[in-house]
Formats: sequence, C-alpha cells, structure tokens
Amino acid sequence: MAAEPKQKGQIKEPLFHITKRDSIAWQKAWLIRIGAILFALVFSGIVSFLLTKENPLSIYATMLDGAFGTERRVWNLMQSLAMLLCVSVAVTPAFKMRFWNIGAEGQVLAGGLATAACMILFGNKLPSPLLLLVMLIVSIAAGAVWAVIPAFFRAHWQTNETLFTLMMNYIAIQLVSFFVYKWSVPKGSGQVGIINRATHAGWLPTLGKYEYLLNILIVLLVTVTMFVYLKYSKHGYEITVVGESENTARYIGIPVKKVIIRTMLISGAVCGIAGFLLVSGTDHTISRDTAGGRSFTAIMVSWLAKFNPIFMVLTSFLLAFLDKGASQVSTQLGLNKSFSDIITGIIIFFIIGCEFFIQYKVQFREKEAKAS
Amino acid sequence: MKHRITRMTALAMTGVVGMGFSACGGGDSGNGEAVTEDNIKIGLICLHDDNSTYDANFIKAMDEAKENLGLKDNQVIVKTNVPENSECKEAAVDLADQGCNIIFANSFGHESYLLEAAEKFPNVQFCHATGTMAHTEKKANFHDAFASIYEGRYLSGIAAGLKLNEMIDAGKITPDQAQMGYVGAYTYAEVISGYTSFYLGAKSVCPSVTMQVQFTGSWYDETAEKEAATTLIKKGCVLISQHADSMGAPTACENAGVPDVSYNGSTKDACPNTFIVSSRIDWAPYYEYAVKCVLDGKDIGYDWTGDLSTGSVLLTEVNEQAAAPGTQETLDKAIEDLKSGKVHVFDTACFTVGGSQLSSYLADVDTDPSYKGDTEVIQDGYFHESEYRSAPYFDLRIDGITLLNDMY
Repeated sequence: MAAEPKQKGQIKEPLFHITKRDSIAWQKAWLIRIGAILFALVFSGIVSFLLTKENPLSIYATMLDGAFGTERRVWNLMQSLAMLLCVSVAVTPAFKMRFWNIGAEGQVLAGGLATAACMILFGNKLPSPLLLLVMLIVSIAAGAVWAVIPAFFRAHWQTNETLFTLMMNYIAIQLVSFFVYKWSVPKGSGQVGIINRATHAGWLPTLGKYEYLLNILIVLLVTVTMFVYLKYSKHGYEITVVGESENTARYIGIPVKKVIIRTMLISGAVCGIAGFLLVSGTDHTISRDTAGGRSFTAIMVSWLAKFNPIFMVLTSFLLAFLDKGASQVSTQLGLNKSFSDIITGIIIFFIIGCEFFIQYKVQFREKEAKAS
Repeated sequence: MKHRITRMTALAMTGVVGMGFSACGGGDSGNGEAVTEDNIKIGLICLHDDNSTYDANFIKAMDEAKENLGLKDNQVIVKTNVPENSECKEAAVDLADQGCNIIFANSFGHESYLLEAAEKFPNVQFCHATGTMAHTEKKANFHDAFASIYEGRYLSGIAAGLKLNEMIDAGKITPDQAQMGYVGAYTYAEVISGYTSFYLGAKSVCPSVTMQVQFTGSWYDETAEKEAATTLIKKGCVLISQHADSMGAPTACENAGVPDVSYNGSTKDACPNTFIVSSRIDWAPYYEYAVKCVLDGKDIGYDWTGDLSTGSVLLTEVNEQAAAPGTQETLDKAIEDLKSGKVHVFDTACFTVGGSQLSSYLADVDTDPSYKGDTEVIQDGYFHESEYRSAPYFDLRIDGITLLNDMY
C-alpha cells in the first residue's frame, strides 16, 4: 500500500493518530485508571489460569485474604504502606525539582545505620526519651548528609546526579556491611540480630497494643507536612519553577543552587526518618536489606501519584496490597516468587500504561473515507 | 482519601468473609483442643524459595515428612522468601494465627524474630534450624536443631582428596599443586566448621592438599558465588566446593571443567561433567521427631543434633563421570569409621593451629557480643563439635587453609 505512488491531492490519513491532551477532566482520568485496573485483573486472571489452571477468582480471593484476611494482616499492610509511603514522600521534592535522586536507598540506609549505631552505643547509657531524640536527630542528619553531597556537586559543578546518587547507594551498602560485620553476633555471622532485645532500649514505643501505630502516625504527619510544604509554601513554589526550567528560575531571581541543595537536604532528611522508623520502629536491627528496595518502588509510587503526597497514600496502598496479596498466592498455591512477580508485573504494567492514555488522546480516522 | 481507604478495607474484608474464604479451616486457634494427626498444622518459613538449593532441601524434606506422617496437603503451610527481619516475626505469628501448632524456620537470621513470635504464642512450638540461642534463652516452646553436617563435609572431602590423588597420579598436577578452592558465605563457625571438615577429609587421603577460601558475604548471591569460584580457579585451585546456596559455584565449575563437590543436594543435572558428590542435611527426621513430640505432648528439648545414624546427614549418589574410581567404596568404609567412633573429624592429631597441636580450647557456645569462650571442647584427643549445642562452634583457623578475604 505504502509503495503505491501518491496521487495528487489525496492525502493518506493514518488509521489513528496521537495528540497530547491539553487537560482532562479528573473523572475521566480516574475512569481510565479504574478501567486499566479491571483490564489488568482480567488479563492476569487469564495468564494465571493458563499457568496454574486455578480459578482466577480464587486467586483474587487469595490476594484479598493475604492483605486483609486477619486483623493482624491489615495492620501489617498498613505498616508496609506507611514505610513505602515515607520513602515515596521523601523522594518527591527532589523529583518534583527534576532532580533524579535514585539514591534514596543509600539515604535510608545511612539513617538506619545511624539509628542502629545509637541503639548499640548509647543503648543502656541514656534515658529512653533522650535516646530516642538523639537517634531521630542523628538519623535525620545522616540521611541529609548522604543526599546533600551529590546535590552540592550537582549545584556547583553540574555533575550527573543520577550516577552520583547511585554510587552513594553502593557506598552506604558497603558501609552497612562493614558495621554488620563489626557488630555481628556470633562473630562473622553477618547478623546483628535484634538490638537490645532484653531492654528494648531505643525501640519506638508501642501505642496500646498496636505495634506499628506510632510508625503509621509519624508517616501520616510527614506526608501531610510535605503536602502543605510543596503546595502552599514559597519553597514549594521555587521547587516547581526550578523543575520546570532552571533558566526561568534564575531569571525571576530564584537562587537555584540554594534551592537544589535545600531540597535534597529535605529529601535526605525524610529518608533518614524512614531509616529511623525501619530500624527503631520495625526491624530493630540493621542489614543491607533494611531499605529492601523500597526506594526504587517509591519512585514509581511518587510518579504515579503525580508528586502529590496525598495521592501517594493510594498508590503506595496499591503496591503494598499487591505485594502482600501476591506473596499469599505463592504460599497458597505452593508457587515460587516468579509467579507473584508476574502478576504484580502485569498489574503495574497496565497501571503505568494507562497514564499514556491520560496524557495523550488517540484519535481514529473518521469513517467518511469516501476518497472523493 | 483516608476515608476511601478505610472504606475499601471494609469492603474487601466483607468480600473475604462473604466468599467464605478462610485458610484456617475448623481448628480456630486451637488452644483447648487436643492435637491429633488429623488436626495438627505445620508451618515452615524459608528465606528463599526452591530456586535456592538450601531452601529446596528444606521444602523437599517437609514433603517427605508430610508423607511419612500421613498428613494432608492442607496441614502444611510453607512461606517462602521471608527476609531476616520483622517480616519473619510477622510470618510466624501469621502462621500461628492460621492455627499452626508447630512452626519451623530455616535461616540463621530468622532466629531472634522467631523467638519474639514464640513469646507471643506460648502454646505453639517454634523450631529453628541452625540457631544458637535456645539453650541460653530457655523458653519451653523454642528449640534449635542442626545436624552433624561436618561429618558429611568430611566424607565429601574424602571424595575430593581421591580426585586430587587421581590428578596427581595422572601427572596433571604435582602434589604441591593439590590446591582446593572453597566459596563460603560468612566467616562464622557454621561455615568455618564446614570448610575445615571438608579440608580435613581431603587431607586424610591426600596429605599435601592446601585450600583457599573466598567469602561472598551473602547466603544467596549467584553472581558473587560464580565470581568467587572463577577467581579461585584462576588462582590455581583444581577442585572447588562451596557453602552458599545458589548454583553460582557449580555452574562456574562446569563452565571451566573443574571438578566440584557440591552442597545441599545433587547438582548433577546441571553439571554432569564436574559434579563429584554432595553432602546434605535431610531435615525430614527432625521434622518427624518434633511433630511427634507435639502429638505425644512431649518436650522437644532446646537442641537436637541429627547425625549419620538418624539419617540426617547424607551423601548423594557419587557421579562416576567425575569422581575418582573407587570413591564409593572408600566412602562406605569412612562412614562406618565415623559411626563407630573409630575416626573423629576434628582429631587434634590431624590439624595444627599456628604450627602447634591443640590440647585445650574454650569455644563460644553461649553466644555473646564479646565472643568470649565459655566451654572446654577438646577432650579425649578431639574437638567435640555440635555436642554442647546443635549449631557448630568450631571457629579455629587451622594451618593449610588460606582465607582470601575475611571481612564478612
């Protein structure tokens, strides 16, 4: 067809073409998203039926059971959600500024390592409230320092922040490995074990009988604060402008270097809080897996939520739910992790894919192809 | 937004209830009811899944025990990919919530989290493989178990030594070049005990053997294990063995055509030309013992050590393709010698530390952060491994073995 010589005056219109949408009603956007989730469920249902010959409905029921089956599972889900949300909120200001900080893993680890160090070194020397305060401050500082180093180099010498933050991750991981070796019990086992198991020194207190409630409340507070900061403060506005165009920012008198460094400082500080919550409020130990890849998932959470911390509650809920649900499917059906990865992958693919249809409009060729 | 979530939660929960979906079945938390073969429930927590040779070995043994005990499929729940942090505790209490009467966990780092779960569920038995804390924590429902796998390693070391002798006799290497390589995970007693017994097994038939050890700092890191094996081969090691859980080292050996003594089970299918033999722990005897204790209302005990006679320490089939001729016969005899007590793996006459023979050693049996030795373990001319607690505590660095890196 394409080889046919074009006739004069007759322009071949493609079957469809794609245009960027100027705007989209939020109802419509959500309709597309919900549609995508439904599509994803149907599609992953078909795939899992073909692979396992299990009834897809029972697979979904198993996922729901894994996430909400008992009161404890619901709390667990909320805890996972909170930890993912905390890191997502942390990476957001930097991403909003179009600063590609993929070093949250390292920043969380730096915060976690600082927390663990305080618990081990001052565990039985300081009174509990003071110890917790010291831990919080030190971990925030550690996370912030880990983030400010690449920001400083970027602001002053235009170094590539993606590579720089990535390398900082490796340094943090090795640093944690070193201290894990140093603190391991028994010697050389690569396990610090639960720190202060007998005294609970430096453990975030339990509110009532709810082990993770304080974690969840702290993350909620951080999230709301970040929302207000980004949306209503002058700083938040500066971040948006720098993100849109550094030149524009400079032109209207925004001190770009200062904004970059300050914003990364905040990003790193919140990562430090996440590290603190993971070590003091969750695991009570430190290992290379303390951040557990959350900071990479967090990038997705943040982008999907359009950098809006409140929407992130929803997107991190979705990812935490998929994680819990899929692992229950593995347990129930006796399948290994690859299967739950496939299901999670399909669902995330559809959800990310649907953003395309929210950003762009697909217009089909109109019927009147009469070719006069 | 928060509103929406709570509503979704509620909706989903009613959905679950509505579908009548419950993993629990009838048993409830089952405190009052008597535990019988028909209603007992077993939980198993694994660090990885069956892609890891170590975890596959646990899962396989659980299937075997289930069959031997005549249990139904729904009486066993296996949770895989449970990391060594609070998620382990959550997995354990979730299993208890689902009515499990006895819960096993398989990775060293699970122990303190399993212990936390044990404190919450005093009526449920928690059994930890490879752990060290039960005999000092003294909780009625918390137990450690291991097997005298150093004997298995010693035997597989003999197979390695015979292979080296074959190479020497064929003129491929000189006796001085009889150097083995070993890929280890971490530098603590469990691994040290393992590679030392392997080395001593080889030395018992090939006196000139030496060994280099490269650590990876992880129990499962296929790339690092492969790389470590390759490094060792480049450094002149003519035979490799490993104590880490992926197929990394065996694959590297197959690619390089270097014989490999494997661990956790046979890797013959993937490595038909280089796999010699593998030692492994069969956990089924322990599972059966512990489950029967629960059924009979008996105490499981703080520590349980399986050995050759309980069927816990096994060697796989010898691969004729790669092993030296006569390996099986030599191994059969050595097994008898170990069983009868005629031979001890850590006979002090067979190794030296810093050039001298040992007559006394205080081992760190009651683990503490300062690593202080507390128990005399050398008596009657040999190091008494796995007698004062099930998990190994042999952590001596003996002559003839070089560690290439030891910061793990």
